Amino acid sequence: MNAIIDRPIAQGGGSCCRHCGLACPEGADFCCSGCEAAFGTIQGLGLGTYYLQRLLDPNARAPRPEMVERADLGPFVHTRADGSCELLLTIDGVQCGACVWLIEQILGRERSVVSARVNLTSGRLALVWRGDAQEAGRLCALVEQLGYRLVPFRFAESTARSDEQGRALIRALAVAGFAAGNVMLLSIGIWVGLTEGMGPATRALLHWVSALLALPAIAYAGQPFFRSAVSALRHGRTNMDVPISLGVILVSGLSLVEAMRNGAHTYFDSAISLLFFLLIGRVLDHRARNRARATAERLLALRAVDVAVILPDGTLRRMPAETVAPGARVLVGAGERIGVDGVIRHGQTSLDTSLVTGEALPCPAGPGSLVFAGTLNMEAAITLEATATGADTLLAEMARLIDAAQAGKGRFVVLADRVARLYAPVVHLCALLTFLAWYAALGASLGEALLIACSVLIVTCPCALALAVPAAQVIASQALFTAGILLKSATALERLAMVDLVVFDKTGTLTCPELALVGAYDPQALRLAAGLAANSRHPLSRALCAAYGPVQPEGGVVEHPGQGLSLQTEAGEIRLGSRRFCLGSACADTVTDAGAELYLTRPGQSALRFCFLETLRPDAAETVARLRAMGIGVMLASGDRKAAVREMASLAGIGAWHAGLRPDAKMALIERLRGNGHCVMMVGDGLNDGPCLAAADVSMSPSCAADISQTLADLVFQGAGLGAVAVALAVARRTRRVMRQNIGLAIVYNLLAVPVAVAGLVTPWLAAAAMSGSSLLVMANSLRLRGQRS
Amino acid sequence: MNVILWLILGSLLVAGGGLAVFLWSLRNGQYEDLKGAAQRILFDEEAGR
Repeated sequence: MNAIIDRPIAQGGGSCCRHCGLACPEGADFCCSGCEAAFGTIQGLGLGTYYLQRLLDPNARAPRPEMVERADLGPFVHTRADGSCELLLTIDGVQCGACVWLIEQILGRERSVVSARVNLTSGRLALVWRGDAQEAGRLCALVEQLGYRLVPFRFAESTARSDEQGRALIRALAVAGFAAGNVMLLSIGIWVGLTEGMGPATRALLHWVSALLALPAIAYAGQPFFRSAVSALRHGRTNMDVPISLGVILVSGLSLVEAMRNGAHTYFDSAISLLFFLLIGRVLDHRARNRARATAERLLALRAVDVAVILPDGTLRRMPAETVAPGARVLVGAGERIGVDGVIRHGQTSLDTSLVTGEALPCPAGPGSLVFAGTLNMEAAITLEATATGADTLLAEMARLIDAAQAGKGRFVVLADRVARLYAPVVHLCALLTFLAWYAALGASLGEALLIACSVLIVTCPCALALAVPAAQVIASQALFTAGILLKSATALERLAMVDLVVFDKTGTLTCPELALVGAYDPQALRLAAGLAANSRHPLSRALCAAYGPVQPEGGVVEHPGQGLSLQTEAGEIRLGSRRFCLGSACADTVTDAGAELYLTRPGQSALRFCFLETLRPDAAETVARLRAMGIGVMLASGDRKAAVREMASLAGIGAWHAGLRPDAKMALIERLRGNGHCVMMVGDGLNDGPCLAAADVSMSPSCAADISQTLADLVFQGAGLGAVAVALAVARRTRRVMRQNIGLAIVYNLLAVPVAVAGLVTPWLAAAAMSGSSLLVMANSLRLRGQRS
Repeated sequence: MNVILWLILGSLLVAGGGLAVFLWSLRNGQYEDLKGAAQRILFDEEAGR
C-alpha cells in the first residue's frame, strides 16, 4: 500500500506538491515542510489510498498545513453522561469522500477515540473520546497537520433550533402527504360512484373514512399556517396564511357537516392536498434559507479570532475574543488581527485599519493609541489592555447607529403579503354575497347555500397564489447559491429587484482585500526577496510571495520583529524590511504618502524598493459597466483620502464619489439618497460601513468583510470578483418578473373559476383538479428560472 | 361491501407503515448527511471499528 503514489504533472513544466497539489519549486516533491510531514504521516499509517481516490477541487483551498495557533478548546468540550467527552467542530478543507475517510481513519486509530464522524453536508466533525477533556487539542492537531482546519462550532444553539423547525416541517409534510394520498384515492371512488350509481351507505362510509384520515392530519399539518395566521391577526395584520387557514378550517368543518347529513359532496381531499402542496413550498424554502445561513456562519466561524491573553503569572493563554475580560493584557503578534478593542501599553507598530475606517494605507501606532477589533497589526508585537465595551468604544457607537438605521427597514412588506391584504377581503366578501344571494334571493336551502359559498372559498383558496412567491424565491436563491452568493434575508430578493443606485465602499470592496506589489523589478532580486519573505507571515511578505509565485524558502533567515528579515551569506548580510532597518538609522523615517514599502539590501548592490498599493478587484470596471447597462447608477463612498478615492473611482469608471466620510456621514449620505427617491443598495465590507449596510434598502458584503458587516448584510458573496453584485441584481429582477407572472396566472385562474363556483356548478372533483392544475402551472413557471444564465 | 372495508383497512395499514418508517428514519438522522452517505460506500471501513 505504501508504494502507491500519485504524481500529478503541473502545467508549464513545474511539478505539483504531492500532498496539497499546489505548484512547487522546480524538482521538489513538496511545496513546504508541512506537506512533506503530512505525506509521511499518511503513508506511514498505510492510508496512501487517500491520494489515489481523492478528487481535489482546484477552486477550493488546497490542503496545505498551516500552523495556526488555536484557542483553548476546553469551554467547547461537552461531557456526556457516561463520562466521555464530546466536541463539535467546524472543519474546513474537506472536499470529497476520501477526505472524510482519511480523517475518520486517523482519529479512529487513536485508542481513546470512541467515535469520529464527519458530516460532509454541513462540514462538521463530531468527536467523542474517553478520558481527559484536555486531549481535545492533541486530537485536533492530528487532523490539522494534514492540512485541514478545525474550529469549535459556535452556533450549536441557533442551528439546533433551525434544524428542529426543519424536521417539524418535514414531519408535517409526511403526514399531509400520507393523508392526501389516501383521501384522494377514496375520493376517486366517490366521484366514480356518483355516475356509476353507488349506494348512499357506501358513499357515507367512504366520506367517514376520509374524514377520519383528513381531520387529524389537517389539525397536525396545518399548524405552521395556523400559528402564523394567529400571530399576524394578533398584530392587526393579515398575511397569506390567514385566508389559507380560514379556507382550510371552513372547508373541513363544512365537509364534516355534509358527512353527518349524508350529503353528496365533501371536500376533505381539497383541504388536505392544499396543505400538502403548500408544505412542499415551505420545506423547500426552509432548506434553501438554512443552507445559506449555515454557510455564512461557517465562513464567520473559520475567521473567528483567538486572543492571546497574558495571565498575571506571565504565561500566555489563547481564548475566544468574546471571553476576554476588560483590563486583561493581550499580546498581538505581527501579522495578527486584533480581536478586542483596547489601548496599546507596549510596543510601536503600524496598523492596517482598513476594515474599521476604510483607510487603505497603514498608520503608525504606539503606547496610548486606541485600537479596535478587526484591525490588522502589521509590524511588531504589541501588548494591549482590553477596554470595557462601554459607551465610548467604536463598536458601541456603531451599534447605536445600526439600531437607528434598522428601525426604518422593518416596514418593508413583501409582495405576497401586499397581495394578501387585497385578496383576503375580496374573496371572503364574494363568498358571503354568494351565500346571501342563493339563500335569500334564489330560495336555496341553508345547507345548499352554505355548500355553494364554500365551493367559492375552495376554488379561490390561494394555493397558487401562496406558492407563486416562494416557488420563485427558492429557485432563485438556489441559483444565487451556486454562484457563490448567500441570500440571508427572506425579503432581500424583492428589495434587490427595486434597486436603482448601488453605493460601493472603496477599500476591500471595490479593491482587493490585500495590498499588491506594483511596478517592475529585476527578476533575480524579486526571487531572492520572495525567498526571504517566504519565512514570514507579515502581510507585506505574503504579498511579495504572492507576486512571485511558488518559491523555495531561503534557509537560515532571521526575523527581526517590527523591522524585517536578514540572511547571513558569505558575501555579507542580505536584509529585507522597513526603510530604517535596511538603510540604517541615518535615513529619515518619513511617512510616505505613496503606499506601503519594503526595502531589499544586498552586499555590494544598491538598495531596492518594493512598492505595495491597493488594486481594483479584477472585474470592478466591468461590473460597473454592467450595472450601468442595466440602468443602475453607481456611486463610491469611502472614508479614505480624496486623492486615493478619486484615482480608484476613475479607474473603475465611477463618476460620482465621496471621500473622507466618517461612518455617520456615510449613513447620512445613504439616507439623503433614499430621501431623494432612490432605492439604494450598499456594498461594503468594513466596520465603518455597518450603519450604511443597515440604512440602505438592501446590502451586500464580501465574505472577507468584518464580522459585523456580514451579520448585517442581506447578501454575502464569495470569491475575488465583484461580478456577484451584477449577478445578484440580474437574478433578482428575473425573479420579480416570474413572481409577477405567477401572481398574474393565479389571478386569471381565479377570475375563471369564481363565476363557475358562484353559479353553483363546482363539484369536488372539479375543485381538486383546478386547484392542482393551477399549482402545477405556477411551479412550472418558476422552474423556468433555473435554466436561464445571467 | 365487506370487501371495501378490508381493502380500506389493508391499504391504510400499508400506507401507515410507510409513514411510520419515514418518521422513524427522520428521527434517526438518516437525512442529516446525504452527500457524505453517497461517498462513504466507496471506501472500506476497517474491521473491528
